[in-house]
Amino acid sequence: MATPSAPTEFSLRATGRVARRQALSRLSRYVLLGATLIAVFVLIYLAIDVVRTGWSRISMDFFTNYPSRRPLDAGLRSSLLGWVWLMGAVIVMAIPLAVGTAVFVEEFAPKNRLTSLVRLNISNLAGVPSIIYGILGLAVFVRGFELLGITIIPALGPTILAGALTLTLMILPMTVIASVEAIRQVPPSIRDGSLALGATRWQTVWFHILPGAMPGIMTGVILAVARAAGETAALIMIGAFAFIAFDNTSLNESFTTVPIQVYNWTTLPQEDFRKNAAAGIIVLMVLVLGLNLIAVIIRERFRRT
Amino acid sequence: MAQLQAQRPRPALHGAELEAQMRRSFLRHPGEKVIVATLWLCGTISLITTLLIIETLFVETIDFFREVSISEFFFTTDWQPLFEPQSFGIWELVAGTLNVLLWSLAIALPLGLAAAIYLSEYAHPRTRSLLKPALEALAGVPTVVYAFFALTVVTEDILRPLLGDDRVPIFNAFSASIVMAIMILPTIASVSEDAMSNVPRELREAAYGLGSTRLEVATRVVFPAALSGIIAAVLLAIARVIGETMIVAIAAGSTPNLTMNPLASVQTMTGYMLQVGLGDAARGTVDYTSLFAVASTLFVFTFFTNVAATMIINRFREAYE
Repeated sequence: MATPSAPTEFSLRATGRVARRQALSRLSRYVLLGATLIAVFVLIYLAIDVVRTGWSRISMDFFTNYPSRRPLDAGLRSSLLGWVWLMGAVIVMAIPLAVGTAVFVEEFAPKNRLTSLVRLNISNLAGVPSIIYGILGLAVFVRGFELLGITIIPALGPTILAGALTLTLMILPMTVIASVEAIRQVPPSIRDGSLALGATRWQTVWFHILPGAMPGIMTGVILAVARAAGETAALIMIGAFAFIAFDNTSLNESFTTVPIQVYNWTTLPQEDFRKNAAAGIIVLMVLVLGLNLIAVIIRERFRRT
Repeated sequence: MAQLQAQRPRPALHGAELEAQMRRSFLRHPGEKVIVATLWLCGTISLITTLLIIETLFVETIDFFREVSISEFFFTTDWQPLFEPQSFGIWELVAGTLNVLLWSLAIALPLGLAAAIYLSEYAHPRTRSLLKPALEALAGVPTVVYAFFALTVVTEDILRPLLGDDRVPIFNAFSASIVMAIMILPTIASVSEDAMSNVPRELREAAYGLGSTRLEVATRVVFPAALSGIIAAVLLAIARVIGETMIVAIAAGSTPNLTMNPLASVQTMTGYMLQVGLGDAARGTVDYTSLFAVASTLFVFTFFTNVAATMIINRFREAYE
């Protein structure tokens, strides 16, 4: 240690080049924050604009009227019903399929090349554009699939069932990836303990791993369902672009959904149809952002620390 | 000790005996076999999906090339399927896709990377936990909503008053690009941010110790170290832009156009596919098969972009673990 010296005019404040570098760094914080906030502002602006344009059309009649050529009489009745049928069928099919696939990949599949191919395949499927799934649905489910002259999948036509099958395949990678992540979060000690006490592998999965992974699986499934609920292109490809003026009562009927109705109204030139589109978007956004919010809440609630 | 041994009357099972015992316990649960078989079936469905996609695209594309020569498809530039004489040169549609891709990346890349750097290197954890879900909410907005926004707000309220009605057609690539940039921003920001957060702390601390400012640490240390993850993020975003349909179908128009001019009206590959999907092309006609030829081209583009992204992500994960 040096001997204590008399106080000099020493300052920690940087000067010259160093000061400039520090000032630049301090400034960069606000520039970067500004860039980050632009996107958030766009989202807020979008919400305000849509509400301002479409709010006047939100009324009971808007929900109970069939689509119409007269914009002020047109409503969402058939598209809401078609949507409920479609999403119900998607949920019923997608959850067991996704959980089954994830459990298979994580717990039962032999560690070999085929399994790693399945994994790679799932991550590649996640990047396939939705319109390609629409093409798949059109060629396989709507028009039917034959192999060597044997009908494997009968032609379903542009029905709710065909749409639900298409969307189920579309969200399968998302839901599987989320479920696999959730299953991996379950501590191995739980699995080992259960197996050591004599439970079979399925009993271990059913009573210990799935309950532990459930919040993660639910988050993934809800986000995927929100995506399916907002899907338009794939459904238009399978031919769900019809004028529906009846209530759907089964899976074998043609249908329309709210996003398709919004698309339809957006493409029409009259100003009043545009208001309808904005009102439809309000309904769509409330549902989709609501689902996203639920997913985030589940994730935060059960977050492992 | 004697007590302990007394409590262990049965000798532990070994080898074949243990295996036989385990097999017996397995047989006590015959339902287990059914369940495992069902799970196998679930596991193969994803493979079957891929095979069906490839089969569908391949068969109909072959049909397409029975009527249209391969050289016309790849080596001419005019896409005119609706009027006689028909011509099927894919490049106008590819140019439409690349036009939107170019301008959306020009906007989303700086903004997305700035957001990633801010969230990873600057933001207080509480700010971050507010901003990240807000950004991710952008990724959840249905694309038909973005499409509405592109047409009504970006084109009609912003671009046309700003640049003049005569210069901005009602359907233009730029409005689609701007909105597409907003759509892919969360992808770029979120995945890049993950990559930056994975950079070991020691690298940052060494740089701070040498007197670097926060900005210098972020741009000269963390950014290069996370570069592979950032590239993967950008590739994922590119795949999304190439495959996005509703925004370009509604806002960019339906005029095939070999140009990179953002203010031109263009048609992308996906835009053409939706146009055919809206009409009712009969099976077997060249209109119908051209849909699959374009879909195959699109599939090849997105497939290779995604494979490249996956490979890069896997490689950079290995580097730090």
